[in-house]
Amino acid sequence: MSGASDAGRSVWAYVLGRVLNAVPLVLGVVVVNFLLMTLAPGDPVTALVGDYPAPAEYVERVRQQYGLDRPVPEQLVRYVGSVLRGDLGYSFANRQPVATLLLERLGRTLVLMLTTVVVASAVGLTLGVVAARRPHSVTDAAATGFALAGYAVPEFWLGQLLILVFAVWLQWLPAGGFRSVRESYEGFAALLDHARHMLLPMAALSFRYMAITTRLTRASLLEVMNTQYIVAARARGLSERTILWRHALRAAALPVVTVIGYNFGFIVAGSALVETVFGWPGIGRLMYDSIFARDYPVLLGILLMVSVTVIVVNLVTDVLYSVLDPRVRY
Amino acid sequence: MATPGAAVGLPRPAGGSGSARAAWRRFRRHRGGLFGLAIVALLVAVAVLAPVLAPHDPFTTSRNAFLPPLASDAHPLGTDHLGRDLLSNLIWGARVSLIVGVAAALTATVIGVIVGAFAGYAGGRSDELLMRVTEFFQVIPRFVLALIVVAFFGSGLVNLVLVIGLLSWPQTARLVRSQYLSHKTMQYVDAGRALGMGDLRLIFAEILPNVMAPVLVVTSLDVAQAILLEASLGFFGLGDPNQPSWGAMLNAAQGYIRRAWWMSVFPGLGISLAVLGFNLLGDGLTEAYDPRMRVR
Repeated sequence: MSGASDAGRSVWAYVLGRVLNAVPLVLGVVVVNFLLMTLAPGDPVTALVGDYPAPAEYVERVRQQYGLDRPVPEQLVRYVGSVLRGDLGYSFANRQPVATLLLERLGRTLVLMLTTVVVASAVGLTLGVVAARRPHSVTDAAATGFALAGYAVPEFWLGQLLILVFAVWLQWLPAGGFRSVRESYEGFAALLDHARHMLLPMAALSFRYMAITTRLTRASLLEVMNTQYIVAARARGLSERTILWRHALRAAALPVVTVIGYNFGFIVAGSALVETVFGWPGIGRLMYDSIFARDYPVLLGILLMVSVTVIVVNLVTDVLYSVLDPRVRY
Repeated sequence: MATPGAAVGLPRPAGGSGSARAAWRRFRRHRGGLFGLAIVALLVAVAVLAPVLAPHDPFTTSRNAFLPPLASDAHPLGTDHLGRDLLSNLIWGARVSLIVGVAAALTATVIGVIVGAFAGYAGGRSDELLMRVTEFFQVIPRFVLALIVVAFFGSGLVNLVLVIGLLSWPQTARLVRSQYLSHKTMQYVDAGRALGMGDLRLIFAEILPNVMAPVLVVTSLDVAQAILLEASLGFFGLGDPNQPSWGAMLNAAQGYIRRAWWMSVFPGLGISLAVLGFNLLGDGLTEAYDPRMRVR
């Protein structure tokens, strides 16, 4: 956050500055990708084609395209060029260009992640408020304990436990997949079917995130409740309820916005693990399958896409924060 | 070379945290921290005594596959799909988790201290550059990058430690930097400079001991994160293939979840307990070091 040092500039100048700030980060990611490719054991062409029987003429074409017989700096320039054109190579294991494959899977992962962020933020904020309203009470201890567990339990294990309880023992919900294979639904029923399949993965993925939000909301709310403007609001005779929901929470909820950006990378990792547990056909599951297929172009493509997404989300939350918080000036 | 500072006995900043005894007194009052310390001590004991405690060799298979817990005196926690003793794998897994977790966190601490110290002490351009690098390592998705590096270069213990350590230092670096920014203008540093001490000596011998307390808190939290990351990699089939590990056990359990719940439940408990232990220990250390400062 660039604070009062550049006061007087417009919001747009600030946004532009932040965007320019992100450019070297994105370039850094591309360079890291390139380094991984060149340093990978064996022929770099393996990293570009994957360890999958590919036709010899394709291998030769890749060699030409990336200039693998040329000096390393020229290779880097060519690589950056193809990435900028959206060319991430071809996956022979999936018989599709990597970029197409990733875009196809991205939607399902985003649905899972966005629902998680929304639900977890809502639950976390509520729990945080409940805990902060009566510090050191039994409810506070319960919420704090819940948060500690959320930090400690790995989401893939939580996923397995949820499958055990809700799919195997109680048989309330499906153990995995994206939709029912035996029945075919249409319209609203199909949507409901997807939602039923998403419930357990979402629960597994949200737990840690809820914990983070709960802990943060509690801490920042306790801090805000002691500030002068809250004392002033009390002096004006406003009810505790109004103070809490109308005044304090508005200030306390701000850090939660930045937490979305900061923890987005963790949600991505968590979703990769959870997708693997539940066979959810998104990016994470693709990553797991690509490791065993030695489909390196897909792995490198995922790293690139996920890194850029995290940088963009960080940028957006940063800008959002500065717009929402009247104390931040440009 | 003469060491004038040692002879004169430069005044140290009165940190307000007091002596080690006072810190221990504050730590003792923090029930969570004590509980964390107990868990960590238990884990260390199990890891050190693994060869004595484990009833079987963790890799020895038997014809008694899928034995449920308590069904046999020889296998109190049951056996897995290959008839291997679950308890023995759990005990040996503690050792791997702890070794990787602690070694990776220490690696991260060393890198973070060096980067943060130079950035904070030098300031200006080098500070800006180092902080940009730190920011880069903070935004890059650790799990995905670690996964690819390990998939490319192999998943031996040393590789795991290096990868996790190299990707976990930014938080330490930022903390250390902010500490150095405030310490470098303090009187004891000015005094040292006036006595002719070099920058390196000021950075590592004079300032560093004064900023280590909060760094240890982050190290403890880093151990928890490293254990989680190692388990996640193991779950993706990228743990050290020659070591029993909790993550790998959960990977195996995934295929038999309807048949053998115990293959999933116990290793997951192990991971959660270890992570909880180091997190609570970090909380307790925060309280002992400075109750006003909270890292998380």
